[in-house]
Amino acid sequence: MSYAVNDNRPVFAGLDMDIPRGRITAVMGPSGTGKTTLLRLITGQVRADLGSVVVAGQELRRMRRADLYVLRRRMGMLFQNGALLTDLSVFENVAFPLREHSDLPERLIRQLVLTKLQAVGLRGAAELMPAELSGGMSRRVALARAIVMDPEILIYDEPFVGLDPISLGVILRLIRRLNDALGITSIVVSHDVQEISTVADVVFLLSGGKVVARGTPQELQSYPSETVRQFIGGLADGPVPFHFPAPDYFGELLAREDA
Amino acid sequence: MKLIGELWESLTEALAGLGAVVRFLLRLAAASPRALLRLDLISQQIYNAGALSLVIIMLSGLFVGMVLGLQGFQLLQRFGSEEALGTAATIGLVKELGPVVTALLFAGRAGTALASELGLMRATDQLSAMEMMAVDPIRRVVVPRFLGGVIAMPLLAAIFSVVGIYGAQLVGVQIMGVDSGSFWSQMRAAVGLRDINEGIVKSCIFGVTCSLIAVYEGYYATPTAEGVGRATTRTVVTSAVFILFLDYLITAAFL
Repeated sequence: MSYAVNDNRPVFAGLDMDIPRGRITAVMGPSGTGKTTLLRLITGQVRADLGSVVVAGQELRRMRRADLYVLRRRMGMLFQNGALLTDLSVFENVAFPLREHSDLPERLIRQLVLTKLQAVGLRGAAELMPAELSGGMSRRVALARAIVMDPEILIYDEPFVGLDPISLGVILRLIRRLNDALGITSIVVSHDVQEISTVADVVFLLSGGKVVARGTPQELQSYPSETVRQFIGGLADGPVPFHFPAPDYFGELLAREDA
Repeated sequence: MKLIGELWESLTEALAGLGAVVRFLLRLAAASPRALLRLDLISQQIYNAGALSLVIIMLSGLFVGMVLGLQGFQLLQRFGSEEALGTAATIGLVKELGPVVTALLFAGRAGTALASELGLMRATDQLSAMEMMAVDPIRRVVVPRFLGGVIAMPLLAAIFSVVGIYGAQLVGVQIMGVDSGSFWSQMRAAVGLRDINEGIVKSCIFGVTCSLIAVYEGYYATPTAEGVGRATTRTVVTSAVFILFLDYLITAAFL
């Protein structure tokens, strides 16, 4: 599969991935390798230029909008900042997909929403507004909203960014528990090596628009590649250079102003 | 040569922008039938755009009417026809000042609120999140706001005119001493349905214009703090220019 934002700067060229059903798959890579773009391709927010993107047996590249919306009801997505609807309470945020897609009686909606909120430990916060929540709490509410339609595929975009250790542990355990209890196919995009190692079944390491490594977290620890070693070990310089391309350092520092 | 090239470029750019807005309007129209089923959402937006603008509209209407009463009285007195004050003020308000000033205030009060709300929803991924929940944000968020504005604007213009006429009467009759009977009876005799229709047509068209510009700017705002700010500013500026331009065209069409 290939994808380019514009013609001369491809984000992905010949990317080939196969995400196993019912497992937790992590997608890692340095900033700017297009991890978020990959999620947008999987969810059909952008279309691939070449090749194919198949989700749950359906080709996304030429799918009609209406069919895409039907497919998306089987997916849940957790955005980086939660993306809660700020004009609705926590309860109404979680109830939102149910109200939009079903005619369920109010009693049933209430029960469904409260069970999902209970699962993320925020049943007591049902009446709060999103502005009153901490970052970790909003992400848990967003998670409850993402699972309220019982999706088959759950996608997490950088779920650990900016969380304190406690919230982080809570989110990690939730990802694992949701996967084990409901058999959801989970895709986690992140660059937190330590956190990912504890939950992921399979890890893809992307760099330069290609998969440079694939395996279990343990396999990646001892992967025979410079790029992988640099990323896993967190080394400043390596195949991914520390310096953005620039003219000669001393030449620029010492250049005369009139030059 | 360079100047002509630049002029040509900005002209084609402006036309492309206009085309994009019209395409957006068609998208809104296509999504409207299903959005109309959600009357709760639309009435919420009529409240936001209309009821919350009431105070500023009524206050402005009152003062504009009072100024009309004062100036109209002084002018008409020179010709010894102060009794025509009711007619003059009403025609001025119903045909011109009511729709135009209301639309300008509406763009400043409701239009900016719409644009910044949608822009921030874009910036905080709320619109993408809706799309991911298989909910079309155009149908769920944009169309109710657009229709709310379209419905609220003529109502506000009517209220503006009524309050304005009261203000003119307050100054002309209560303070300056124009005869109350002739104020009202001359007005009733001279102001026809055609004048009122002109006001209604204007305020409806301004309502569509202002709401469309606001939701368009907000929906396509660059998702940054600066982008949302720019979208808000452009909402007011573009709305104001279009209102005054369209006002001329409609006035000419009604002659």
